[in-house]
Amino acid sequence: MSEELRGVVVCHGPLAGALVQAAEQISGLSGVLVPVSNTGCDRGALEDRVISAVGGRPAVVFVDLASGSCLVAVLKRLRSEEQVKVVTGVNLAMLVDFVFHRSLAPEEAASRSALAGEKSIRIP
Amino acid sequence: MAIVLCRIDDRLIHGQVVIGWGRAMGINLIVLVDDQVAGSAWEQELYRMAVAPEIEVRFVTVAAAGTHMGDWQSNGKRGLVLTGDVETMAALRATHPEVVQRINLGGIHHRPGRKERLPFVYLTDQELRSLQALEEGGAVITAQDLPTTPPVALRSLA
Repeated sequence: MSEELRGVVVCHGPLAGALVQAAEQISGLSGVLVPVSNTGCDRGALEDRVISAVGGRPAVVFVDLASGSCLVAVLKRLRSEEQVKVVTGVNLAMLVDFVFHRSLAPEEAASRSALAGEKSIRIP
Repeated sequence: MAIVLCRIDDRLIHGQVVIGWGRAMGINLIVLVDDQVAGSAWEQELYRMAVAPEIEVRFVTVAAAGTHMGDWQSNGKRGLVLTGDVETMAALRATHPEVVQRINLGGIHHRPGRKERLPFVYLTDQELRSLQALEEGGAVITAQDLPTTPPVALRSLA
């Protein structure tokens, strides 16, 4: 069996930590999502934080906004990595879905997570 | 109108710039002066996505900025000139002191060798001396991340 995917969540301020904590509380799974904040670092340092969090493993990286400093930092050094896929607009639903499907290939897991996130947006 | 804000922010075009300052000041032109981004189409596309379509965005090298600063000063738009570091802003001030009169330190974050001056401003001693030299030459320099927060004078950061 191939290595399970790592999930890395990159957001502004304290958002990534809160999302990861909430996903762990709902799923009961801990240690499979790594939060990264852009607080207190310049572009280069943020890139280093992201690279460290991915740790050279197959991964899906979730980013809050579809533009801006977090996404630029992620794509700068990872966009050519075959084993790393990026999903923007992270929400809790996509993270909870992801942690139960980490045996998928990165591209498949990213697509599935994005779909789960989209489905969770409703005006009930 | 003219260039209404000259900002140093190492995160370049992001929410504070577009929403915080852009809306408050009615900005309709953002000029990002960065040699690296000026040569990277995919980064330009990402930065452009953060900006409303009615705002014009230009990505230029330091050399090109030196050539066109006068045009942006007189083209009728309300412009924001953005650099990622002190050195680049100093270069713009050197060629166009009449445009770069007031400098906003908006976000200069931690890296080795820099000391914390404010939670959003870290400077090496050399960077601080460069800014002090600009101020001695007539520039007005304050640190202010958002228009809703009070500006902090450069002399308070030493």
